[in-house]
Formats: sequence, C-alpha cells, structure tokens
Amino acid sequence: MITAERKPLDEIISYIEPYHRILLIGCNECVTVCAAGGRKEVAMLSSALQLASMKQGKTLNVSEMTLERQCDPEYVESLASHIDGMDAIVSMACGCGVQEIARRYSPIRVFPAVNTKFMGASDRAGVWSERCQGCGDCILGLTGGICPIARCSKRLLNGPCGGSGNGKCEISSDVDCAWALIWEKMKELGTTEQYEAVISAKDWRPSRDGGPRKIIREDLQ
Amino acid sequence: MKTDSVLEKVFASGAFAVTSECGPPRGAMPDVVREKAEHLRGYVDAVNVTDNQTAMVRMSSFAASLLLKQMGLNPVLQMVTRDRNRIAMQSDLIGAFSHDINTVLCLSGDHPYFGDHAMAANVYDMDSVQLVETVKTMRDEGRLQGGAEVKNLPRMFIGAAANPFADPFELRVARLSKKIKAGVDFVQTQCIYNLDKFEEWMAGVRERGLHKKVSIMAGVTPMKSEGMARYMKNKVPGMDVPDEIIKRMAGVQKDKQAQEGINICIESIQRLKSIEGVSGIHLMAIEWEHKVPEIVERAGLYPRPAVS
Repeated sequence: MITAERKPLDEIISYIEPYHRILLIGCNECVTVCAAGGRKEVAMLSSALQLASMKQGKTLNVSEMTLERQCDPEYVESLASHIDGMDAIVSMACGCGVQEIARRYSPIRVFPAVNTKFMGASDRAGVWSERCQGCGDCILGLTGGICPIARCSKRLLNGPCGGSGNGKCEISSDVDCAWALIWEKMKELGTTEQYEAVISAKDWRPSRDGGPRKIIREDLQ
Repeated sequence: MKTDSVLEKVFASGAFAVTSECGPPRGAMPDVVREKAEHLRGYVDAVNVTDNQTAMVRMSSFAASLLLKQMGLNPVLQMVTRDRNRIAMQSDLIGAFSHDINTVLCLSGDHPYFGDHAMAANVYDMDSVQLVETVKTMRDEGRLQGGAEVKNLPRMFIGAAANPFADPFELRVARLSKKIKAGVDFVQTQCIYNLDKFEEWMAGVRERGLHKKVSIMAGVTPMKSEGMARYMKNKVPGMDVPDEIIKRMAGVQKDKQAQEGINICIESIQRLKSIEGVSGIHLMAIEWEHKVPEIVERAGLYPRPAVS
C-alpha cells in the first residue's frame, strides 16, 4: 500500500488560516489501512482544527467526508454536491488523491493534510516499512524476493557494500542490510551460486527517470 | 599490457607494489595537494586521489589528480557512484584520460548520511561493480555503457575496493569473484588490523585461484593515537580493530603513541608481504603523508622499481 503520515497540526492550521468553511476529506483505501487519513483520522483532525480555532477566537466550520477512493474520478465526482459554499478543501488522501480533488474542483484551494511516504507493508502493529520503489522493471526474481532498490540505502544491485555489519546498514543499526537479507534468503533457497552473476547497470527509463509514467490498456478503453 | 598504467607495469614486473593516497582539501588550495603529494614522490608507485571521501565536499578527484599528473606523479582517480550518473562519470573518465590519467578506482562511496550534506540526493545510478563493467567495456570494446561505439575511449587500469571484514563474511570471497567477473584488474582492501581474519579471507581467495586473476593490495593505515584506534573501531563502518591493537596503543605514553602506531603498521606490512596472493600494499596515511617515506623504507619497500 501507499503509506502516509499526518502533517503537524500547526502546518495544517497555517494552510487554512484565511478560511472559515472547509471540507475535510478522508480516503477509505491505503491511508485508512495505515491509520493516517481514514474516517477516524478525519474526525480527529476535524476536532483538533475546531478546537484550535476556538482558542484563537475564530469560527471554523468543518464538513467531514470520507470517499471510497480519492484517486478515482468516479468517487471524486460524488463530492460535487458538497462543494458549494466551501472556502477550501483539506485532503487526507495520498498525493494522488489530493491531485485528483484539485484537478476536479478548481479553483477551490486544496491542501494536503498528510505527507505521502512510500509503498510499503506493515511489519507489526504501528510499524510500516518501505518495500517497493515502483522502478517499473521488477527484479525480485533475482534477489530472493527482497528488493535492493527499495531496501538498500545505496540501491546497490550488486551489494552488499563494505559498510554492512551484523546484518545492519552502515547508516543505522535500525536499518536492515538488504543484501544481508538477500544472502540469507539465497542460502535458504539454495541459490547462492546466483549471487556471483553480475547484474548490469539498470535501465531506469521504466522508473521515474524516464519521465512521468502512464499505463495505457487498449483492451480496457 | 592493457594500459599505460605504471601500476599495471609494476604488477607485471612481479615487484611488490606500493600505493598511497592524497585526500583533496576542502577549498581551492592546489598548493595543499602539491605539498601532500610531494611527500610521496619516489616512495610509492601511484597515489589514490579520493573522491569527496566521507561524503564531504572537497576539491574534485579529477582536478586534484590532474595536479598530481602535472607534478609527474601517477594518480589513481577514485570515482564513487554516489554523486554522479553514468553520463557524468563516463564524461569524467574521458576527460581524465585526455590528461593521461590511466588508472581508476571504482567505488560506491560512503552514504551522504556521513557527510556534511546529509540532505543531498544520492544518485547511485550504478554501483561499483557496474562502474567496473562500464570502464572495462569502454576500454576493451570501445563502447559506452549505453551501447554507442566511440573512438578513443579511455584505456584505464581498473581498480576496486574489497572489504574482507564487512558482513556477511562468508560472501566476501564471492563478492571479489563478482568484481573479477565485471572486469577488475586490481583491488585495494579496507585497512587491515585483524590479520588473522585477513589471512582467513585470503585462504578463501587462494582456494578459488582468484589471486591469479586480480592483483590484491592489502590496505594499511598507521594509527596516530589510542583515540584514533578507538574511533576506527567504533565509528568507521566496516572496520575491524582487535582489542590487542587498542591495548598496545594504550600501553605506551601519549607522546610515543604515534611511533607505536607506525611500528604496528610496519609489522603488519611485513606479515602481509609474506601472504601468498598479496601483490602490494595500499598505505592510507590519513593526513600523515609525510610519514609515508619512513614507513616504506622501514618496511623494506624502498627504492621503488623503475618500470616506465
């Protein structure tokens, strides 16, 4: 999933400072799963913003809504009947959702309430970590199902570097060395002989380096 | 000979090679480079010029290498893949070779986290193994990494690093083999303080005959003080400093510690010279270049062979 973290309250307050009526919109997908911008977080942020406004002696009306998916025009359209009279929109979705709302409801100002972080998975309750960088040309079949692009600090395709120690990365003992994990996995799978094959310089065009990406499916159009 | 590199000629002559290094300054101070490098003249076969080591901004490796070349020394252009993509690195290799800089050391480089620009984007378009492959393709096939055939591409003698002390230890020989497959001609190792562990690694290297496919230079760094020994042990990634070394440094008075560090270094070189498959030493006397002549002489490595 796409993970996110709510922005500091002061930053959100600074965005909406000039406005009195705002629409606060959550998303029922990834940001709900990572507890950053679902229905519950919308309610909490709404209360916090109104409380802060009261302290400043300002009136703030917050309308709350949570869409099924903010990245989907079909669901975003359902907001149309709720926009009238709104001074601004605050979105708790990932950057994809924020942009979709901003595209549809221009010229109303739209502000993000979360920082979109990464594509990751849950390690345990309350902990998520990065797993994929969406490079567009998956090599997990070569690396024992562990991605060095997302999980090695230097995204080495022929790691580990000389800074790997006790299974940890040179930048922090809180970061696992991806190549130590890959090596252990190769041992487990009996594929260590694959380690010595040089992985040549990657073609980064399918990644962000080739420009903004698009998927076009003729069969679905 | 694959190249005009003096280092290649020294290896080919069968002589035990000696390299040292010169870290460029943090400012436009060519005289600092010249002064450091002058200490090394005649005592080493080639001089590594570091590339923004520890991810701190310094005079570029290429510019400082050129200063050494103008002094008649043999620079080893260090190149880390952290800061530049393949376009910039190949361009710099062509530029360096245009000034007869013919020896390169391919590294991934310390993560920006360690330097004074922790906020910088880290590029890592390629890793060190891929850079080795790129330099070899330029030299042996006359092609750029992207596939274009181009005239007069650099003919570089290709080096890389090897760290026998990093984890997982059991893949460290395989990693050397991988660099050989990519096309490396010589490797310089991480500073060796744990000689027993280095010997264990070398035994693994010899078992696979890898020492016959690549020239291995054993890295050594003289300790200046007990404090430096402790710092190397605790703070430098991938460094293995046994407690005996620290005890030995701590066992002498503060004003004698520098000399003790040099003694330890010379004893290490003597032992390293006797290990089958070790073709040279890489003496990293960090901000201590003026001690290199004494160490080289006392280790019995002076004078250097005349090969060019």
